Amino acid sequence: MVMQRIQRLALMATAAWGMALGAAQAGEVTFWTWRQEDKAVYTDLFADFTKANPGITVKFEAFPNENYNTIVSTALAGGKGADVLHVRAYGGLEALAKANYLVPLSTTNVPELKNLPADALGSESLRADGKVYAVSLAGQTLGILINKDLFAKAGVAVPTDWASFIAASKALKAKNITPIANGTASPWMDAVFHSVFANPFLGPQFVADVLAGKATFEDKRFVDATAKLLELRDFMPAGFTGVDYATSQQLFSTGRAAMFVGGSFEIGPFRRANPKLNMDFIAPPGPKGAGPVSRFFDSGFAINAKSEHQADATKLVRWLATPAFAAKAAEKLGNISSLSGVTNPDPLLGKVAKLNATAMPYIMLVHFRYEAPTGSDLLQDGVQKMMAGTMTPTEVGATVTQGIAKYYAPFQKK
Amino acid sequence: MTAFVTLPLLAALRYAFYAFNGLAPAGFVGFANFATILFEAPYSGWTLRALGHNMIVFAALMILQNGLAYLIAFALLKTLPGHRIHQVIVFLPVVLSAVIVGFLWKLMLHPLFGVVNAALALIGIDGPPWLGNEDTALGAIIFTNAWHWVGFPALIFLAGMQRIGAETMEAARLDGAGDWVLLRQIIWPLVAPATTIVFTLTFIGSFNWFELPYVMAGATGSPGGATDVLGLYAYRMAFGSATAGLQDFGRGSALAVLMFIFLAVVSAIALRLLRRREIEL
Repeated sequence: MVMQRIQRLALMATAAWGMALGAAQAGEVTFWTWRQEDKAVYTDLFADFTKANPGITVKFEAFPNENYNTIVSTALAGGKGADVLHVRAYGGLEALAKANYLVPLSTTNVPELKNLPADALGSESLRADGKVYAVSLAGQTLGILINKDLFAKAGVAVPTDWASFIAASKALKAKNITPIANGTASPWMDAVFHSVFANPFLGPQFVADVLAGKATFEDKRFVDATAKLLELRDFMPAGFTGVDYATSQQLFSTGRAAMFVGGSFEIGPFRRANPKLNMDFIAPPGPKGAGPVSRFFDSGFAINAKSEHQADATKLVRWLATPAFAAKAAEKLGNISSLSGVTNPDPLLGKVAKLNATAMPYIMLVHFRYEAPTGSDLLQDGVQKMMAGTMTPTEVGATVTQGIAKYYAPFQKK
Repeated sequence: MTAFVTLPLLAALRYAFYAFNGLAPAGFVGFANFATILFEAPYSGWTLRALGHNMIVFAALMILQNGLAYLIAFALLKTLPGHRIHQVIVFLPVVLSAVIVGFLWKLMLHPLFGVVNAALALIGIDGPPWLGNEDTALGAIIFTNAWHWVGFPALIFLAGMQRIGAETMEAARLDGAGDWVLLRQIIWPLVAPATTIVFTLTFIGSFNWFELPYVMAGATGSPGGATDVLGLYAYRMAFGSATAGLQDFGRGSALAVLMFIFLAVVSAIALRLLRRREIEL
């Protein structure tokens, strides 16, 4: 069965290879992405590019998200693939850049890089050489989405700190409203859940200490912050250990739960699922007040080093780093552009952008997803077990630290 | 055949001896990938955990699925009223894809919307989140597998039973043998070839288990690795995941090679022993 799946992937990769072989014609740049759902928006955006660059058209090709990495890597390993690629950030970007599959970008070949802030550039850089390999598209913010109507119906005020969050959750539950929609069956959401609630207790100093080698995840601050999550189990859906991401989304979008712990990337899908949903996005509760939210950059645009259309591909990537593209893309795709000074007219996303001013990094993605076992893998596994009652917060901290110590020298000394 | 079977196998064998720099081979490392998987924490623990789960799956399917299949085959052999429709009903799930069966049972076992817990609630039992509980998740998927596949070994056993001469069965009956004695002392030795086939297919299926746990518990073997098996682990290690893991074709290939060797060797030994048993019986 594994072989069948691998063969299926091989066939898809072969098909992708075939498409690449005969795809790009003179004046045509191919673009690969995993965002099939954004095809209409990109088609519209690329029409703008062609208007600005007569004679160059962009061919949009999308692949399934779960197989995208495999397809792209197979094609690139064979010297094929699209001219311009939608790539992941941080560790996902490094895997491609380390193998020399991507063209290094600088203000020489892409002057528009100056439009991007340092953290956005860093998300698409290779740590080994410090070079940028992709133009960052958007930043994502992790926090809490709330159903304002349910809060109003229950007569509960929006919480601002941990004590008021617990009180509000109790009040909602007393009115037979599930306070938190999230379950723990989808591991990646457990890492999100942890980051949202633990970061306000950890604070930026903890991150600085970990990066400076002064603290590990066995630090009391991390263990105590992780333990706070256990207080939330009473406010999650019945049988929450068996409630997956899709069910959590349904509970929130259908008004059966008052809060959803997740990212700004959920706003668009929730609106499409239920246009009447009266949502707000709030910073998570901290010991003395709300926030900070967690933030990361999630994808970018890179040039295939083996592209036969380097000049046109570079023109496209340069255009993807312009405010004209960024503003329209942010509005149409419903995200917060990575470019400095580009705002989103959507009031809710505007509010999220303001929260970003004091954001902390989504630690495991930003700093510990470059080598295996990734911090994300270790943390989500630990949090899932802890919420199910089979691991303690101390054990979570120890497991994460020991796993990361495999490749992170400061932890090896501790 | 060469392109789709031999070449991928040879490629996996080659990759197993290489380190990877991102997605590109970065040099020959000998048996380092194998050593990491087998002896280096946390990988060695994950490998053992996955292997242990595969063994549980195999044992459980042999008893639950194949034991039930044996009894069903005997019931069908007796050509009771309606046996034809029962034969179809028993075999029907086999024609469904594992993806459909997985989604179907995932919905039925859902803690909030599932019919299983709703039915249990009617008799006053508070059902657990079957797929979200470390104690029940693997069992729930094994049960689903048995529901899906029980018709297949039942058909093999039935074919074996139908080859037993009617005079043999009648003679046993005349000697006063009841159903239980017939099943244990007459039929069981005579369906030995069918048992060999069922054992071998169940063994290979159990250690290649992938689709059902992937659909019902995800690539990470959720919750907390309670449903992780070698197939999921190898896939996860080789291809990573969009949300947390990194790709490592070297270690993933090394695990796949180990699985191949283990399956080939154990299957060969088991086949030899079972063939000998067929002759002895």
